[in-house]
Amino acid sequence: MNSTILQTATRYLLPILLLFSVFLLLRGHYYPGGGFVGGLVASIAFVLHSFAFGPQNTMKLIQYKPLSLIPIGLGIAAVSMFLPTFFGYPVMTGLWLEEKIPVIGMIGTALFFDLGVYFVVIGVVLTILFTIALNTEEE
Amino acid sequence: MLFTVLSGLITSSLIVPFGRFLKTKWGFILAFLPVLLFLYFTKFVIPIGQGSYFVQSTTWVPSLGINLDFKLDGLSLLFALLITGIGACIFFYANAYLKGHRYIDRFFGYLCLFMSAMLGLVLSDNMLLLFIFWELTSISSFFLIGFNNDQEDSRKSAMTALSITGLGGFFLLAGFVLMGNIAGTYNISELVDKVSLIQQHPLFPLIFGLVALGAITKSAQFPFHFWLPGAMKAPTPVSAYLHSATMVKAGIYLLARFSPILGGNPIWMYSLMIIGGITMLYAAFHSLFRTDLKGVLAYSTISALGILVFLLGLGSKEAVIAASVFILVHALYKAALFLITGIIDHETGTRDLTVLQGLRKVLMPVAIAGFLAALSSAGVPLTFGFIGKDLIYEATLHAAPNVFLYLTIAAVATNILLVSAGFMAGIKPFMGKLPEQFDHIHLPYKSMWIPPLLLAILGVIFGCIPGFVGNWIAGPTANSILAQQEVFHLKIWHGFNLILLLSTITIVVGTLVFISNTPSHKKLAWITTFEKISPAYILNVCAREIELFSAFFTAKMHNGYLRSYLLKIILFAELLIGYQLYLGGPLHIKWDTLSPVSFYEVTTVCILVGAIVLTIRTSSRLTAVVATSVVGYAICLIFVFYSAPDLAMTQFTIDTLTVVLFVLVLFKLPSFLNLANRRTIIRDAAVAIIFGILLSMVALRVLHEPTTTDISDFYGDYAYVLAKGKNVVNVLLVDFRGFDTMFEIVVLSIAALGVYSLLKLRLKSSDKE
Repeated sequence: MNSTILQTATRYLLPILLLFSVFLLLRGHYYPGGGFVGGLVASIAFVLHSFAFGPQNTMKLIQYKPLSLIPIGLGIAAVSMFLPTFFGYPVMTGLWLEEKIPVIGMIGTALFFDLGVYFVVIGVVLTILFTIALNTEEE
Repeated sequence: MLFTVLSGLITSSLIVPFGRFLKTKWGFILAFLPVLLFLYFTKFVIPIGQGSYFVQSTTWVPSLGINLDFKLDGLSLLFALLITGIGACIFFYANAYLKGHRYIDRFFGYLCLFMSAMLGLVLSDNMLLLFIFWELTSISSFFLIGFNNDQEDSRKSAMTALSITGLGGFFLLAGFVLMGNIAGTYNISELVDKVSLIQQHPLFPLIFGLVALGAITKSAQFPFHFWLPGAMKAPTPVSAYLHSATMVKAGIYLLARFSPILGGNPIWMYSLMIIGGITMLYAAFHSLFRTDLKGVLAYSTISALGILVFLLGLGSKEAVIAASVFILVHALYKAALFLITGIIDHETGTRDLTVLQGLRKVLMPVAIAGFLAALSSAGVPLTFGFIGKDLIYEATLHAAPNVFLYLTIAAVATNILLVSAGFMAGIKPFMGKLPEQFDHIHLPYKSMWIPPLLLAILGVIFGCIPGFVGNWIAGPTANSILAQQEVFHLKIWHGFNLILLLSTITIVVGTLVFISNTPSHKKLAWITTFEKISPAYILNVCAREIELFSAFFTAKMHNGYLRSYLLKIILFAELLIGYQLYLGGPLHIKWDTLSPVSFYEVTTVCILVGAIVLTIRTSSRLTAVVATSVVGYAICLIFVFYSAPDLAMTQFTIDTLTVVLFVLVLFKLPSFLNLANRRTIIRDAAVAIIFGILLSMVALRVLHEPTTTDISDFYGDYAYVLAKGKNVVNVLLVDFRGFDTMFEIVVLSIAALGVYSLLKLRLKSSDKE
């Protein structure tokens, strides 16, 4: 697919969609959103890019294999899960900072857990799609 | 005590990184592990002989009653000493036996694991802990038996052993859980106080049956005996260890451990006496016909185990002390004989009794060991076997007056045959003229012939000082089996009495049988013609039938067509839902409680229906995909109408990605073909329509039912208080049900890895072509 309109639009849409996905991730605790949807939106942004420029170019853009996002995400989620045990609480207890941080809002283990979900979702979706897309192209 | 169990497990895992060390000449250092453990346990001989015991407890899973309870009493100590003592011999021996073997590190890893499992088994004072170690012995012995995994026979024997002992493990667990529920505790010491509660429970026969099945499968009792001769495919050190002191004795240990709890009643006595009696006679008879040295030993082992089960079934004071002594007697001479067999096999390359003879000329120390071990197994005076056999006869003669005659005859007959078997294994290969082909044979490493010689000599020493063994080892063992305190005096000489007469008859007739019975392949062939009615054959037929059935079942249910799976899943769900709805009675719809239908909803549903029709009718894949996604978006809209924005957002993004995925895959598929015929279409339509109707009915019924909102109220109220979030859905995902989410993302990752590796793998194999 070589459409100039799509390519130009994607150049602007990609950052906006990614920003939107982070926005969804951060607001999740208070309003509709969250890591899962955020991750899906971010993946859609990359999928759009791959439609406009081809999967190889998207891979170049991301630089890292999307597969590596999965262990990163799982790691963040697991750390935030077990962090409370170091403070003497049971696993998965929500810990929160006292003060609000501007823009982001309250910071707590739940946010990091959601961040982990976010990365895993992006990793999973992109791994599956790109593996299929690249393999079908080669044959 | 915990560390004794852990030391082996830790060593076993350390062999993974440091295994190369075992291949050097310093590999024998590993054998000091069992030596140290043995020395540690000897420390307890004196206090336990004086009647005390040791307990150690660490909580593990208290909510399920699983704790790391360990207890060292007479019975545990005897087994612990056997496991570590004979274990030490085996470790030294195997190091020489397997010198230069490619996988010697692997072998010792399994062996350490097995030793720890056995130690844990005999030290556990908690039924569930005991079960864990029980299974661990089955699994580690599977690896040991199948060690020569490049031979099909070896793999098959390992599978048989694992299936039989694993099957017994299931029964055992069921028995333990029943017993634990009735008594309210899984602690074995506490169970002893609740004997009447357990024995008077209506389920007692079932409990006994389950536990006994566990024991008789492990201890290779008739009709489950056949895994043991098969397990002879293992390297000889493994056979020596598994079949003299450990694996098969685990069942005996179990019966002994539970005899104060389950024993002392007619069910226990008669079933164990009958099983043990059949086993000891049947196996002793079979041992006459074997031409393979290890085969002779295998059948005589089964027979010895039969004697032990028989004695524990008898359960009198005399029988229990006889069993305690015989466990030790048998372990000593059987381990020695197995090790001698290993040496013969290692040096001559054959175990065929029809070929082997005259080896005393080249293997003198081994011949001495064989001679002593054979004498002990025959029960010649001044060997430990003599004491053991005397006690067995004493136990049978003192049994109830109506049965003692039969029991004594059975015991004498078994022992006569065992004398012959012992001579065949320990003396026959060394007698006669040395064939020319064995001229070049020389003694193996010292670490190979010293262990059997040591064990055989110990058999004689113990035979000369029976009082010592009776006071410090066998006596405390019998006391823990009987759950009482008694003093036993073992003596060499009882004077001229009936027992001595029986002993003499046994030895004389046994020797005559040995002289007259020359093993030959013809006899072996004759006895194998009866295999058609043997339990092993029957079980194999059963296994084959099950295999055939499962192949048939798999072909029907798991045929690889997604459409067939969907059809089956939906049909099954329809049956379940339909039945449940039928049970719920007629459906009443209160029309007035339903909310009015709005214009937006009608429009959305019209679009939805139109998209569905298009999906079904179209002949282009792309159109079908797009139409399906329209269905998805319409559902999104419905979610939005009913204020579920989170759901709508997720559904929307998922639908988008699904379309992308479809398009990627469609690219590869051939253009649309209409494969389904009219009948299939009608069938599928019927199934789909019924499913839709059923689900609508469920939804309507839910409306009709009085609903409680406790759960949603709880989450609504506490989402902010406990988790500082206002979006209940997200708080559920990341906090209240965070564990679920964690597992979900793990599942997602596995799915992604699956897709990735499947596609990459295929690419590689096509590269090869």
